[in-house]
Amino acid sequence: MQKTYSYPEFKYRQSDEQRLGAGHRHPVVIVGAGPIGLTLALDCAARGIVVVVLDDNNSVSIGSRAVCYAKRTLEIWNRLGVVDPLLAQGVRWQVGKVFFRDELAYQFDLLPEAQHQMPAMINLQQYYLEEQLVAACAQHPLVDLRWKHKLTGLEQGASAQDSVRLMVETPDGVFAMQADWVVACDGANSDTRRMVGADFEGQVFQDRFLIADVVMQADFPTERWFWFDPPFHRGQSVLLHKQSNNVWRIDFQLGKDADPVEEKKPEKVIARIQAMLGPDAQFELEWVSVYQFACRRIDQLRHGRVLFAGDAAHQVSPFGARGANTGVQDCDNLAWKLQAVLGGTAPDALLDSYHTERAHAADDNLRQSTRSTDFITPKSRASLRLRNAVLELAKTEAFARPLVNSGRLSTPTPYRESVLNTPDEDDFEGGLPPGHHCADAPISTEGKAGWLLQQLGHSFVLLCLGGDGAEEVSVAGVRATPLVVGRDMEDSQGLIAKRYGAQTGAIYLIRPDQYVAARWQHFDAAKIRAALRRCLALQ
Amino acid sequence: MAPVNALARSPNIIDPDGFYEELINAQRDLSDEQADMLLSKLVLVLANQVGDRGVLREALALARSSTIASSAEPSRK
Repeated sequence: MQKTYSYPEFKYRQSDEQRLGAGHRHPVVIVGAGPIGLTLALDCAARGIVVVVLDDNNSVSIGSRAVCYAKRTLEIWNRLGVVDPLLAQGVRWQVGKVFFRDELAYQFDLLPEAQHQMPAMINLQQYYLEEQLVAACAQHPLVDLRWKHKLTGLEQGASAQDSVRLMVETPDGVFAMQADWVVACDGANSDTRRMVGADFEGQVFQDRFLIADVVMQADFPTERWFWFDPPFHRGQSVLLHKQSNNVWRIDFQLGKDADPVEEKKPEKVIARIQAMLGPDAQFELEWVSVYQFACRRIDQLRHGRVLFAGDAAHQVSPFGARGANTGVQDCDNLAWKLQAVLGGTAPDALLDSYHTERAHAADDNLRQSTRSTDFITPKSRASLRLRNAVLELAKTEAFARPLVNSGRLSTPTPYRESVLNTPDEDDFEGGLPPGHHCADAPISTEGKAGWLLQQLGHSFVLLCLGGDGAEEVSVAGVRATPLVVGRDMEDSQGLIAKRYGAQTGAIYLIRPDQYVAARWQHFDAAKIRAALRRCLALQ
Repeated sequence: MAPVNALARSPNIIDPDGFYEELINAQRDLSDEQADMLLSKLVLVLANQVGDRGVLREALALARSSTIASSAEPSRK
């Protein structure tokens, strides 16, 4: 049915491992080559880990799925060197409009702080994203991407040292693989999750939604438009997003009693879109599906030597663009920990912090997305009245606008309580506390403009706000290398000082995922060593 | 100069999403009738908290005018 896109068919190849029956123990096997599995493969490979990715299919994601990617996610893809084609192809936006009935209730601007390398948000169809990630994986010598490889069984040994044994089915039959670590990125219906017997509890929402992707030359501005109870779709909500190649994504809320088979019929969908766009609108249907959603999370993101990331670990409502974004941030959190554990520099207890930090983030996402869902689909007459009262007041009353919730867009959740953090001892006015992700800022090196996050790279860094006397600190072979403002780079617009709220001589210990582990007003090697040990779960 | 006690019309609720969640949760498992009663009581409880007759009068006028203005519009459809 799709007119603007034809699905690539990736080639199945029998592995030597299966052909010769000579398997070895793989450090990391990733199950699922969606956006999360592919991102994790690239992050592991960037850290020197050889990874195998198994996928039961041989193409990219079918249809209209993830759309919006937020700044933090783009920063991670930038660290992995894959962001340029995504920015080139994606659609940038920052204004959202909320309509109630036939009037504008209010509008918001994501108001990205100026002087960050990445934009606040881009929209891009998931299949384009996956194509780019697949291409990057295919080019990377450390990534072994295996199509038509279906995981059919998984066994963990009795001892914590034992490898995981995987049974994998290909067109050539079934064979066994062994892995130190398995990461399940196999989506909301994760087979891997069933194989380890994990609970996946939460709230299933009854309302059905229709997704229609349409191709049209439209003069809507590039903005997120959300309607509550519009004249063209009474009593329900509608969301409109622009994607790449003049494809527009429309989500129609259908209510609990809608018949999904009936609602998918093209004549029915076309009538809904004509009601919305007017009888003369020229458009072609690109994709139609009907979905229901759930908000739930796995009990533990770590089950022994099996870890869960993305929708396999947590599922959210689509309002707020939190699914793919939080999944990519799972990868960011996990890859450096796998590297440290596989390299023997950290105990496997470091991977327990993957659960605590990312379950905390997942719970934050679930709370936010459940709240949005309750506002968008009120469950009782009184809830509906309150919701409509908020929307009516929002037209004229500023106080009501923060209560309007058509989806709170994804921002990274800080790990404020993480055991990896060393709490502040010194006084800081503002800046970024331990557990916060690093803010970007423009810099220059030898007169050439650049960006702070690119200087931080993939390793532990001691970001020194001027001063001298900072030295490299190492623990168990893990080095934290000084990056000194005024020596290694210039704070060309004074924004590092501003965003890090720091005085000359202050030091930030930055984790390999570009989160703040600890900070001090002055260099103190012993304190930094202790913080680095803590951040590697060595104490 | 604005009167000493004017109706607050700019955002004043800390963590608005958290507040709204509590407001909706307060009606969980109530019948429609009970929920109406809850909201009516909530108006009176909050009015007592405000106390100031001038502020309450402004609030009543705002709620009324906003409702009349909004219901004029969609009823045409």
